[in-house]
Amino acid sequence: MADRIPAEPLLRLEGVHTHIGQYHILQGVEFDVPEGGITMLLGRNGAGKTTALRTIMGLWQPSRGSVTFEGRAIGGLTTPEIALSGIAYVPETMAVFSDLTVEENMILAARSGPLDRKRLDWIFSFFPAMQKFWHSPAGVLSGGQKQMLAISRAIIEPRRLILIDEPTKGLAPAIIEGMIGAFEALKRETTILLVEQNFRFAASLGDTVAVMDDGRIVHRGTMTALSADEALQTRLLGLSLDAHQ
Amino acid sequence: MKKMRQNKKTEGDDMADISAPAAPSAPDAIPKKSLDLLPLALPLVIGLAAWLLIGSTTTWLTLTLAALAMGMMVFVIASGLTLVFGLMDVINFGHGAFIAIGAYLAMTVLAPLSGWVQADNLALNLAALLIAAVVAMIGTGALGLVFERIIIRPVYGQHLKQILITMGGLIVAEQLLHAIFGGDQKSMALPAGLRGAIIIGDLALEKYRLLAVAVGLAVFAAMQLTLNRSRIGLLIRAGVENSEMVEALGYRIRRLFVGVFVAGSALAGLGGVLWALYRETFTASIGGDVMVLVFIVIIIGGLGSVGGCFLGAILVAMMANYTAFLVPKVALASSILLMVAILMWRPQGLYPVAKR
Repeated sequence: MADRIPAEPLLRLEGVHTHIGQYHILQGVEFDVPEGGITMLLGRNGAGKTTALRTIMGLWQPSRGSVTFEGRAIGGLTTPEIALSGIAYVPETMAVFSDLTVEENMILAARSGPLDRKRLDWIFSFFPAMQKFWHSPAGVLSGGQKQMLAISRAIIEPRRLILIDEPTKGLAPAIIEGMIGAFEALKRETTILLVEQNFRFAASLGDTVAVMDDGRIVHRGTMTALSADEALQTRLLGLSLDAHQ
Repeated sequence: MKKMRQNKKTEGDDMADISAPAAPSAPDAIPKKSLDLLPLALPLVIGLAAWLLIGSTTTWLTLTLAALAMGMMVFVIASGLTLVFGLMDVINFGHGAFIAIGAYLAMTVLAPLSGWVQADNLALNLAALLIAAVVAMIGTGALGLVFERIIIRPVYGQHLKQILITMGGLIVAEQLLHAIFGGDQKSMALPAGLRGAIIIGDLALEKYRLLAVAVGLAVFAAMQLTLNRSRIGLLIRAGVENSEMVEALGYRIRRLFVGVFVAGSALAGLGGVLWALYRETFTASIGGDVMVLVFIVIIIGGLGSVGGCFLGAILVAMMANYTAFLVPKVALASSILLMVAILMWRPQGLYPVAKR
């Protein structure tokens, strides 16, 4: 447990256990997400990262432990209650509504009323494809465009915290580069907890980091420190930064 | 969405721009959802084949109108059920109870209105039917609320238990109807103005069948408008595709489901009224009789698809009517044969709903 994380946490997980059927996936997960910037949640496949996000979102209920958001326990709340408290979620599958147009997807995501033109222009500035395909059904978009729509949906209204699960998965390098710019803009206005397998992407964006293994947090600290320590990367993630190049 | 569009207008031109972003530089690069027209050709193919086999245009037209009327009634009953399944994966075998209850409620309402029913005045006839239909829909909708709460809610996500408990609910409802109204066969005569047919040359168009077609088309149009032009409709379509993500956006899918369940029950009640008037006699098992067709229709159409349900209902009714005329012994099996053929062609149904 390397560096001390300075900011007061926006989100705190303490001793969180999650069971899915007979499987004990999260085994006492503890980490904080400080307000502002991007916290990266890293780890090997099957470490429990997606389950951690789904547990925070209430899609799986923790069997033990506490999840605190802005000082309020959200562990037993339903998913809609958690969403209404100010947390947006972009799942690994993107989960765009393929039968609905891009516009209709965005309308549903804007819970508090009509779409805000300025906000929309801001989104179009880093995801221009969303403007181009505004009237197209989401089902016909490419994988990268679907990911842009999933993220656009999460940010169409200001949220206190955005949970994003592997946004670069399966995307072409050029699209990933574009996405880095978008996340840099996003992190200036909100807090993001981002699950990622692509270490280069994580290293270029992350401010703080938590690493999971076997359902537990095995490292917490700053991204800068982890990026600089190849031995630590190898021990925690099984691969060094060079291996991802 | 309508509300949103209205709001946009009140917020000036900037908001109006949202629904019409800048024109793309290369229009042909914009991906469009291709309309799957092939299933729409099926009724034409079946109709044409039947016309060739029947050999008489007048008979064919009479049978086709009968099929359309039957198809519309089955659609009215099935449309709610397909949305209930699509939204929450709930298999409700108890849907037939609402058909029977709708029929009995209409019979009860029409009894004191017999003067209107038998009057030689179409407006009074239709007013009596309208009152009976509204009461039946309110009654079955309210019972749907209770049914969801007591029968469905404890077994969310447990298909085997859903089948058992909803079938149990159907049996209990039928026995309660027997206890309240008696087990004998009931009759519900058509109002005077809807008996008989409109004769055009050699063609006889039965008045009640025309009414059933009009009601079915009105229900279909209302559902399409709701699903495509309102926020609640968007939520239902999104929920059918991925209910988990709808919840993650902050909407309570259970409330939405209850609303759809109540609306589906009310439509089943309306279908019960139409079906009972079509048959003119019925018992408490009227729902069970038609439910086989209803399940075939929603499977053929694609579970959760209202458009598919509409097309499936027309196809099933066409097959039933044509085969009843051409090969009566095959009539009962025709729907099953149609389902098998369609599922061999499209295993997910004619218009499958993309599920997560």
